[in-house]
Amino acid sequence: MVTLNLDRPPEETIVLRATPEDNAAVPKDQSFSQLTLWLLAVRDQRDREAFADMFDFLAPRLKGFVIRCGARPALAEEIVQDVMLTIWRKASLFDPHKAQAAAWIYQIARNRHIDIVRKESRPVPDELGEDPGTEPDASQILALEQEAEQLKQAIAQLHPDQKEMIVKAYMGDLTHQEISSQTGLPLGTVKSRIRLGLGRLRKELKGLR
Amino acid sequence: MPAITHHIPDAMIAAYVSGSLPHAFSMVVASHLSYCRDCHAALGAHQAAGGALLETEDGVAVDAGLKSKVLAALDAPAVPEPVYETRGIYPGPVIQSLKGRTPRWKTLGMGVKQDILFEDNEGSARLLFIPAGQAVPDHSHNGLELTLVLQGSFSDETGQFGVGDVEIGDENLEHTPVADAGDPCICLTATDAPLRFRAFMPRMLQPLFRI
Repeated sequence: MVTLNLDRPPEETIVLRATPEDNAAVPKDQSFSQLTLWLLAVRDQRDREAFADMFDFLAPRLKGFVIRCGARPALAEEIVQDVMLTIWRKASLFDPHKAQAAAWIYQIARNRHIDIVRKESRPVPDELGEDPGTEPDASQILALEQEAEQLKQAIAQLHPDQKEMIVKAYMGDLTHQEISSQTGLPLGTVKSRIRLGLGRLRKELKGLR
Repeated sequence: MPAITHHIPDAMIAAYVSGSLPHAFSMVVASHLSYCRDCHAALGAHQAAGGALLETEDGVAVDAGLKSKVLAALDAPAVPEPVYETRGIYPGPVIQSLKGRTPRWKTLGMGVKQDILFEDNEGSARLLFIPAGQAVPDHSHNGLELTLVLQGSFSDETGQFGVGDVEIGDENLEHTPVADAGDPCICLTATDAPLRFRAFMPRMLQPLFRI
């Protein structure tokens, strides 16, 4: 039975799962978000229980998300299944220093959805090495998580119109014309709204640095 | 490698992240992201925004059987996806599009060569080879054109573009890019409409029409 627990943000439901003793790259830190802890448990221990918990949290969100992205409910279930299995298989590539957990899952969900619909693999960038002069450590992960948390709050504070545009934009629901108009061609109301929203997001992000 | 000075606009990175950018343009954006730390950071920020929405938007209950179906499939053998990485001057997304082959250059005249990598009804992407000192004649665009330098450099009315730099052209840009001295300039170019060459196209067609 699938439980819906959408009213609980994952940060408030921290389950302290032991991180592996033998993996020095994964610090024991109790303030990582639940999603990060689940992903690390799956990555490092192939923890099925963590994966099952993560399924309960993610699957309904993913389904709502892909429906919002234009998938019919039957296809949405198929995509949710595909995304969850992709998370399981690609967990070894998850690096919380480089990508915030929800961000990593969001990109997998968009890529799988598009690959399935277009039957063509999306181009993905090469990985860039560590920024010279930065040592990966837990504080970096936490900083990234805090930034994401504040971004979430920034999104929540947006005017409904702006929020709607942001949602549309990140669900891939912009037409080609709308994108063209983002590059300096004649402005439409769509563009200015996105820009307002993104500008505010960016400002919020800037304040974090 | 000199610093990258011409980047992908933020809104286009967001469009790439969300998948609303046509495939041909995504190839150029992903290729630029393979060089550019700044734009990679922007990529991460937009992915985080998408992740925040994924976490906070309303969910829809999944079919009761889905969980056990997924859990049962965890051990099923999966065909590992191929990983495409930079080879020589070509970043991973170009290697992916070449599917392991080397470019098949087709002569366009005046030493300029191309290899069309991808084409659909939303646009096309090609590799362009321009000998040092050669100008790509005056052309304007019907729509959007992205040009990423993979080797050498070129200059036009708007500036100089080296490896990793992207030039963005639209219908307002009429320019004459000239490959700089040194190595031949190799670019990855995506367009959403046929290029309108002012002088080049007729010359290309001359042999066909026996002018």
